[in-house]
Amino acid sequence: MAILEAVGLTKRFGGLVANQDVSIKIEKGSITAVIGPNGAGKTTFFNMITGFYEPDEGEILLGGKNIKGLRPDQIATRGITRTFQNIRLFKQMTALENVMVGTHSRLSAGLLGILFHTKRVREEEEKARVEAYQLLEYVGIEHIANEAAGSLPYGLQRRLEIARALATNPQIILLDEPAAGMNPRETVEMTEFIRLLKKELDLTIILIEHDMKLVMGLSEYIHVLDYGRKIAEGTPEQIRNNPSVIEAYLGKSASEVS
Amino acid sequence: MANLVWKSFKGIPLYVTLIWIAVFSLLLHFLDKSVLSFLGILSSIVLLYFTNTSNKIKLAIGALVLIVIIPLVAGENRYYMEVASQVGIYVAMALGLNIVVGFAGLLDLGYVAFFAAGAYAYAIFSTSQANEFIAGNLFPLTGDWFWPFLIVGLIVAAIFGILLGLPVLRVKGDYLAIVTLGFGEIIRIVFNNLDKPINITNGPQGITPIPAPELFGLKMGTPFYFYFIVLFVIAFIVLANIRFEHSRLGRAWIAVREDELAAQSMGISLLNTKLAAFATGASFAGVVGVIFAAKQTFIDPTSFTLMESIGILVMVILGGSGSIPGVILGAAFVTLLQVQLLKEFSNFLHSLQQSGIINLPNQLDPSKFQRLVFGIMLIFVALYRPNGLIPAKRKTNDLGAIKSSPFSSGKLGILSKLSQSSSTKQS
Repeated sequence: MAILEAVGLTKRFGGLVANQDVSIKIEKGSITAVIGPNGAGKTTFFNMITGFYEPDEGEILLGGKNIKGLRPDQIATRGITRTFQNIRLFKQMTALENVMVGTHSRLSAGLLGILFHTKRVREEEEKARVEAYQLLEYVGIEHIANEAAGSLPYGLQRRLEIARALATNPQIILLDEPAAGMNPRETVEMTEFIRLLKKELDLTIILIEHDMKLVMGLSEYIHVLDYGRKIAEGTPEQIRNNPSVIEAYLGKSASEVS
Repeated sequence: MANLVWKSFKGIPLYVTLIWIAVFSLLLHFLDKSVLSFLGILSSIVLLYFTNTSNKIKLAIGALVLIVIIPLVAGENRYYMEVASQVGIYVAMALGLNIVVGFAGLLDLGYVAFFAAGAYAYAIFSTSQANEFIAGNLFPLTGDWFWPFLIVGLIVAAIFGILLGLPVLRVKGDYLAIVTLGFGEIIRIVFNNLDKPINITNGPQGITPIPAPELFGLKMGTPFYFYFIVLFVIAFIVLANIRFEHSRLGRAWIAVREDELAAQSMGISLLNTKLAAFATGASFAGVVGVIFAAKQTFIDPTSFTLMESIGILVMVILGGSGSIPGVILGAAFVTLLQVQLLKEFSNFLHSLQQSGIINLPNQLDPSKFQRLVFGIMLIFVALYRPNGLIPAKRKTNDLGAIKSSPFSSGKLGILSKLSQSSSTKQS
């Protein structure tokens, strides 16, 4: 049963068609990759799923319900979360607070409750703090809980961003180039970690990635975009041998040669 | 090297602060007119902030200085109490603006409009002005009504904040600054012209006499009483600021300030969060407006110009945007500079002129250089302390307390799936 279904998504920016009639089905508990050359429209696709862009045409179904037209924060509370290609942490806040922000929509404290510091608000805060700390432990960076997020090294920032995304208690997590800028060892670690997320936390994972080793090793299913259109889908094996994918990546002559 | 010295600096020893307080309170007691000793005792609060001792002791000494020592040694001097309550009014306003600008990062140049809303709310209904448009000759109200009107002013200003915020908060950054500037001016001009067709605000003539607060028949019209009223309101606003800063809402404000896209993908509604910041900041200005109206006994639209908004913004930025102690320091510093230092310096030069030592043209009167001084100060702050006099810093959480929290026994949130899967494995 598909947990997320994009049907005929089209997005135009003026004359440029960033996504045209893209239909993708995501199975619950799967790891799916969206790949394609630079400018193929992968991030546009992510932005439509998470509500940052509204599709010009098409529908997005989450568990059978249409979520097209909802605001990003409404989509986040419905269980779709994401990380960003160029990490977007709240730099001045500590790592722990960054993760606590993720719990926002599950907390209920209002203006008056905060002002009067009611017992319920205090308990809720303490719980959120503990949860945030546990998430930091889970991604293995609890030792920097009190450091400002902006001062962390790159690899830890990536982990922190994932911890923050997990704090929204999502069903689906969209990772936009999780291994970008990482060295081979870090990439292997990240691959293992994503696999663990799926297995232990029962998450559905959709990722954009350029590192083919990571994509082929990790994903169960792959969708390929080129110039805003979906040109192929299939298992890693099928994609590896698909002539139109090879053509999109390497150009026409290369596929003719092979 | 200088850095090393700074790092090993743990704070001013407690006895230095205590001696400072004692010396200046004695000086002020014996030299009644000494401006310097008055400034000395006010600055002891800053000293106290940097003193090396526990927060509880700091709080106790600070309260002692503000509630007992200052009224005791300066209470008979109307002028000092007047200055102190004026400082307090600006501190309270700056703390309100700190929520909007410092926490939520919304550059608001029309903040004084909410101050005006609070002031006019009390002024109109406490004087016979309200009879102009409400039948029944019910007004003026007595000074007893001052206290409920603190709440009325709060609510009126909060409503103004939401009504203004709804259209204005669709734009960001510099555009927001321009739009709020426009709205601030519109409100002032509306108050200036709302004397016809129905006379609501009495237009440019202003409203007077606004009654002083009264409590059980005690008239509290002197600066001495206003000092305590302002102190009480500041205590409330500081407490609110502290609680908001480390709450669900405060985190949302800062998240929106740091990165709107990421904040949204964490489930934070931009409009609601920004509106909450706008309304909260506005409501504090409204309360202060009521006090201001009662203190001045007369208000007119000229008290609520753009220059006021800019002045308050300068206080926030100078002190340290988003930093509660910083903003208090910034507000106190700028207000003292305006109402006391520049004026005293003017008076000093005048006295020199009168005794014929120098010849000072009227245009060079220092009290006319307020804007120039603001400008120079901001340039220096931007160059040497870009995050303000006391920069904002996030509270570090006590990790030991988190680990020993009763909630730590089980896995929370999404991690609760973890314990489920491991327990099924074991069985």
